[in-house]
Amino acid sequence: MPSVSMTINGKKVLGEVEARTLLVDFIREDQRLTGTHVGCDTSQCGACVIHINGEAVKSCTMLAVQANGAEITTIEGLANGDELHPMQEAFRDNHGLQCGFCTPGMIMSAVALAKRNSAPSEKEVRHYLEGNLCRCTGYHNIVKSVIAGARAMS
Amino acid sequence: MYNFNYQTASSADDAAAKVSASDEGKLLAGGMTLLPTMKQRLAMPSDLVDLSKAGLSGISVAGNVVSIGAMTTHDTVANSKEVASAIPALAKLASGIGDPAVRNRGTIGGSIANNDPAADYPAAVLGLGATIVTNKRSIAGDDFFTGMFDTALEDGEVITRVDFQVPETASYIKFPNPASRYAIVGVFVAKTAGGVRVAVTGASPCVFRASEMEAALTANFSAGALENSSVSANGLNADIHASAEYRAHLVGVMAKRAVAACS
Ligand SMILES: Cc1cc2nc3c(=O)[nH]c(=O)nc-3n(C[C@H](O)[C@H](O)[C@H](O)COP(=O)(O)OP(=O)(O)OC[C@H]3O[C@@H](n4cnc5c(N)ncnc54)[C@H](O)[C@@H]3O)c2cc1C
Ligand code: FES
Ligand code: FES
Repeated sequence: MPSVSMTINGKKVLGEVEARTLLVDFIREDQRLTGTHVGCDTSQCGACVIHINGEAVKSCTMLAVQANGAEITTIEGLANGDELHPMQEAFRDNHGLQCGFCTPGMIMSAVALAKRNSAPSEKEVRHYLEGNLCRCTGYHNIVKSVIAGARAMS
Repeated sequence: MYNFNYQTASSADDAAAKVSASDEGKLLAGGMTLLPTMKQRLAMPSDLVDLSKAGLSGISVAGNVVSIGAMTTHDTVANSKEVASAIPALAKLASGIGDPAVRNRGTIGGSIANNDPAADYPAAVLGLGATIVTNKRSIAGDDFFTGMFDTALEDGEVITRVDFQVPETASYIKFPNPASRYAIVGVFVAKTAGGVRVAVTGASPCVFRASEMEAALTANFSAGALENSSVSANGLNADIHASAEYRAHLVGVMAKRAVAACS
């Protein structure tokens, strides 16, 4: 079986995987980091978004072997101990989640947007979140959260 | 997903050799189409040959030609200053593909090799009369897209780059599917050294040139000139998103908007 090595949330990890192992399964099953979710099998929902070398990607649409050597950040890597990341705090303050299933992917996408654009407009936020689906909130408070979180990050 | 052997290629020739040496090997670019297909068990390649280390990404402009490496991501094209100044319509097209995570992985080579009837890049390749360069030869955009999910590529042939001639003016407008962002209908209009070109994606099983519209725009390059030209609904796609008649109507609307957006 192919072996892989990568850095996840600052920690170097090694593993043996089948070629067909999806990155999201390596993260959830092998590394037991279950904050990254799987909400679809058509690459459309964005619940699985993580950062690879700083860029938002869908970990359900990448093989673990393709991430060999990569720097990965998952939702677990954002908080600083007990202190939430400003984007997480903004989602809490603005009621940006209900059931929370889509939230890890929403927040990882939102952080990637804020790194590119520290003061996104409502329109820019909505455009950037096109690949993240939420079944609960109606998006309104998510957009508010992202605008507030981006401001808090800058 | 069925299992397979994973290999990496160090160059386009290496990739072609590895695909040919395998039973039923396939090239892996951004994986944004291939991996979802394999997850559904609709494809069962024996080998995947990963192009990410084959040195095929990057953008260069020389004289009147913008060359985009096959492995260049949609996001890179969307944010390229060179592309934005030489062919702004191309940067805008790339920025409207799927969503940010798809654009961070998906590539121009993968998109045109796949030739999805609703994909955006085929409209630019045909609309600008681009040239597709492979490890073996150059293929004219007009000869490349041969049918639904079908191209002039031979088995194992690897696209290395796409060369776009800078047009006098060009614009691409699509009516996106609200869920996937694929084009229900997309129209690319360009005024090139070789004449006016109008390429239509999403409407039929394969991207095509709307010759009646090209003739009307050659006589008079204005949205008004398209008032009396139309595309027949015969043979157009029909699904839950849009009937063939509606798509035919949308071709006219998108074409007029695209011409109006040409500066
Ligand atoms: C949620 C979602 C939304 C999307 N929305 C859009 C959209 O709005 N518009 C749009 O146009 N597309 C859309 N796409 C498709 C996306 O643009 C893909 O990136 C693209 O179709 C395939 O490119 P890829 O690099 O991911 O190729 P892959 O999936 O890796 O490969 C696709 C095919 O091309 C072949 N191939 C790849 N590279 C080469 C090469 N260099 N030479 C020869 N053959 C090659 C592969 O063997 C495979 O058969 C969407 C995809 C998803 C998942
Ligand atoms: S799980 Fe739905 S896009 Fe990845
Ligand atoms: S909060 Fe429930 S899916 Fe978004």
